[in-house]
This record gives sequence, C-alpha cells and structure tokens, in this order.
Amino acid sequence: MPAALKIVLAEDSVLLREGLIGVLTRFGHEVVAAVGDAESLIAAVRSYAPDLVVTDVRMPPGLTDEGLRAALELRAANPALPVLVLSQYVQRAYAADLLDTGDGTGVGYLLKDRIGQVEQFAEAVERVAAGGTVVDPEVVRQLLRRRRDPLAALTPREREVLALVAEGKSNGAVARELVVTEAAVGKHIGNILGKLDLPPAEDTHRRVLAVLAYLRA
Amino acid sequence: MIRTVVRELPRAVAYLLSGVLVGAPLLVVLLVVGILGLALAPVLVGLPLLALAVLSGLPVGALERRRLTLTRTPPPPDPHATPAEPGLAAWARLRLTERATWRELAYTVLLTFALWPLDVTVLFVALVVPGAMIGAPVQLATTSSASGDARIAKLWLIDSYGQALLCTVAGIVLLLALLWPLVRYARARAALARLLLAPSEAEAERRLDEVTRSRARLVAAFEAERRRIERDLHDGAQQRLVSLSMALGLARLDAPPALADRLAAAHREADQVLGELRELIHGIHPQVLADYGLADALADAADRSVVPVELDVDLPRFAESVEAAAYFAVREALANIGRHSGAQRAWIAGRYTGGRLRVEVRDDGTGGADPARGTGLTGLADRLAVLDGTLSVHSPAGGPTVLSLEIPCPQR
Repeated sequence: MPAALKIVLAEDSVLLREGLIGVLTRFGHEVVAAVGDAESLIAAVRSYAPDLVVTDVRMPPGLTDEGLRAALELRAANPALPVLVLSQYVQRAYAADLLDTGDGTGVGYLLKDRIGQVEQFAEAVERVAAGGTVVDPEVVRQLLRRRRDPLAALTPREREVLALVAEGKSNGAVARELVVTEAAVGKHIGNILGKLDLPPAEDTHRRVLAVLAYLRA
Repeated sequence: MIRTVVRELPRAVAYLLSGVLVGAPLLVVLLVVGILGLALAPVLVGLPLLALAVLSGLPVGALERRRLTLTRTPPPPDPHATPAEPGLAAWARLRLTERATWRELAYTVLLTFALWPLDVTVLFVALVVPGAMIGAPVQLATTSSASGDARIAKLWLIDSYGQALLCTVAGIVLLLALLWPLVRYARARAALARLLLAPSEAEAERRLDEVTRSRARLVAAFEAERRRIERDLHDGAQQRLVSLSMALGLARLDAPPALADRLAAAHREADQVLGELRELIHGIHPQVLADYGLADALADAADRSVVPVELDVDLPRFAESVEAAAYFAVREALANIGRHSGAQRAWIAGRYTGGRLRVEVRDDGTGGADPARGTGLTGLADRLAVLDGTLSVHSPAGGPTVLSLEIPCPQR
C-alpha cells in the first residue's frame, strides 16, 4: 500500500464528487477538500497544500474549461504540484496545454470514463503524485493515428509498445500488459527509439516525454 | 406558329374557361355584399361588410395566382408581408395598408365586371360560332322545324345541304383563323393578371429580407438547441453513467468470486454505453470548439478522420456561429472523404486574410463528388449563406476533390 496522499478534489457534479471521494478513500487516500468550482479549487490548494490535485475540466461559472484553466494556473504558480485532470472528452489541446506546464512531470490527463476502472485510476493517481506523466490511451491513440509516415516503419507490436509507453507506463507495466518479459519490452523500445530517431533514455519518465513530444510535433 | 397553337390551345381554353367559372359567381357575391353593405352602412353592420368587400381581393388574388399555373408558367409569389404580431386586428391593419391589397381589389373589380364577360365573348366567337357552323349539316338533318330550314348559331338561315356544307367549310376556315388570336388573347389576359397580382420590385425585396432574417433566426435557434442538448446530456446521463461505472468498479473490489464475473460483464456494458454516449455528444457539439476555437477543433476533427489528414491551419478566434459553420462543413467533408472518395490522404488548410476566413479541404481520391447529390453539403451551404459565406466543391472525375469555404467575418 503506497503512502496516503492528501488530495484536493474539484468536481461540480455532486454525484461524481461523492463517488470520487469514495474511490480515493477506498484506496487509502485522504480528500482534504472537495469543491465545486475553479475559484474554490485555487483557494483550497492555497490553504491545504495537497500532495495532488484532481480536477474536472468543465466547471461553473462558464461550464467550459474553467477547471483546466485553474489547473494550468496552479501549475504555473507551483510547477512541482502534481495535477490530474479528468475530462469528459478526449481533447488533444487540453492534454497538450497540461504537458506544457512545469516540464510535463507530475501531470495526468484522463477521460472520466476511466474512473470506473478503479484500480487503474488509483494507479494513475499514485503515478502522477509521484511525478510521473499519465496520458489517456484515447489521446495517444489519436496522436498515433495522426502521425502516419515514420510510424509506418514500426511493426504492429512496436506500435502497441509505443502506445503504452506514451501513456506513461514503465517497462514492467508494459511487460505485464502485453504478457511478455521485461527484456523483450526493453528490446522493442530500443528499436522504436532507433526508428523514430529519438534519443535513447534509460529513465522511463524521460522516455515518455520524448515519445509524447514526438507524437505532438 | 402552328406548333405553338397546338401546344398552347388547351391551356388557353382551360385558363379562360376557368376564369369564367371564377368571375361569374364573383359577380353575384360582390353585388350582394356591396349592396347590403351600402344599404346597411347607416346601422354599422354594413361597415364590416364593406371591409369584407375590400378584402375580397385577397382570396381572389390568391386563387388567380394559382390559376396562372394553367398557362404553364410558374405562379407569381405572394406579394403580402407576414404580420409582425398575431391576431386578426393586426392582420387586417397590415392588409389594408398594403398596396398589393388594393391592386388585388382593382383586379377583382376588373375581373368581375369586365374580364370574365370578355373571356366569354372571346370563347364564344372563337370556338362556339365556328363549332356551330361546322355542325350545320347535322343540325339541318336533325332539324324539326316545319319549314325544313335551320338557324345556325342564331345567325344564318340555311335550307339545303349545299348551303350546310358551305357553312361547314367556312366554319373550319374561321376556326383555324381564330385559334391564334384566341391563344394570344389568353396570353395577354394572363399577363394582365400577373401585372396586377405579382409582387412589385419593392415587395419582392422585402419578402427576401424577411426570408433571409428568418433563416438566420432558424440557424441560431438550431445552434442554441444543439448546445442545450449537449449540456443536458453531459450534466445528466453522462454523469450518472460515470457514477454507475464507479460504483460497479468499487463493488467488484469486494465482490465474492461468484459475483465477480457478472459484475465485470455489467461494468463492461456500462463503459461501452459511456463511450458511445461520449461520441454522440461530441458529434452534437464538440466542447473543444467552444474552448479553443476553430483551429483546435479542426485538429480534433482531423484526429478522428478515417483517412489520415495533414493540417495547415493558422486561425484566430471568430464568432461562435462562424466557427460552428466552418467546423461542421469541414467535418462533413471529412466524412464524405472517408465514405466515398477512396482517398489515401487529405489536407486541411485554413487562413484568415483580408477579413475573410478561408478553409480548404482537399483529398487525393477519385473525384466525381456531386454536391447536388443530397450529401449533407446542401444544408451546410445554407448555414454558410446565412453568414454571407460561400461553399464550393470542385471535383472532376479522377480527382482531386477540393471543397472550399469562405466567410467574411471579423475576428473575435
């Protein structure tokens, strides 16, 4: 069991707010403040200094992207503050804006639909809090779909690996997902980086960022 | 000329004959209403009757405009404006102040007292008289008068078959001679009706303004409705489903093995519905359009396209209506490319220069796309037209297909 996190939660729908508190508590974290709009979110972060912020994109008053704006503002003020953004939709622009804050570490962009996969959601929460990067598979899928040309050189298996790496998964996690050995994953990743002309990187996180940067280019 | 006569004769006769059928009863009605109205004017009942007589031009005008279709010409549009507010009083006020109303009344009076009698005369002279002359031998054969002679069309007296035959020949000559004038008369008669009953230049102009404005209102209402539906789905069903999925996820953590499989199946189902609902809502009104504007929304549309799309877009923000119209046009274009074109690649270019937004969607497909063939493009052209924008599709056989749209607009 990882250490309990102090979390500030922002979500305007009462139903989901309660649900999220339930899930986060179930995995041993403490929701120190649960708010329903962007302004209260910024105030709550100021008074509680949480380990992690989890926020919805769409919140009052305008019900557009106030939550995301608040998250960007918080990151600008404190680039080390881990933020996990939950969105009802896959929007590359949202994910891109987030990854541009700090140096792309300690941020996550997940579809709300993923919350139901509670274990994976809890894992994402812990990964972001620990300074990792989590990008929704759906976003990665779109990025992969866009970049045809150099990606055409990759084998289907390599593409699978690349997608998982882009989501911020470690070698071990990729190996578990694809049911292969970690050594095999390492070999795949070496091949991918070579084919895409990316600098080899030992550290998982740096590699994720390189891949994301490549996909967004 | 002979061909013209053969083609137009039935129409001319139908037009004149039906004119008689309208005019004759009208004479009776107008005389009764007019006399009653004048007689009863002192006791106030007559005034509404007189107003009724004045407004009688309205139904007559409408009927007469319809009747012009008998001459195989399109009927003129309604020259009247639509009242701004509901209610009989507002309607009557508007009608009484319209010039078209008085033109129609003038036409009605003319029809009642001059035109239809004239129509009868023309038909009688051109068809009935020659007809009777041609039938002279028959008439002579069946005559029952003691003197053994027959009076043809109440004009000539004949008493021998020689005379009767002569009469027939003369009748045929007369008929042929009069057919062309008959056709010409019907044309002139229709032209007169058109002159008095069709909208004048100013009326047509105003009508067009009305239509343009109402179309813009419709488009705006449609947009607002779209956003409302999107919001309702987002705030309602979508949140509930996420919450349900969460509850199922938590339940699965603690479920006994016997239940785990069924819970997992239910969970999968819920997540699938969520995904479908998400796509549906996105199709109705993508949030990215409101938040980030056209450029990002186009990138998003490109991401979702079946055919790989290259993007070259550099655009500021515009008014919501402009962004929405351009976005949906491009999305429709991409959908068509995915469905029909057989293209391997597509390109989207967007620029804003000289106060005009220009977006172009190109593909390397087989071409031959026909915008008139009921794709969604017609509706999109309408939406753009409301903004004074234009949409053009250039798609020669063998490709490439280029769809370009242009909207004059200020940036936001």
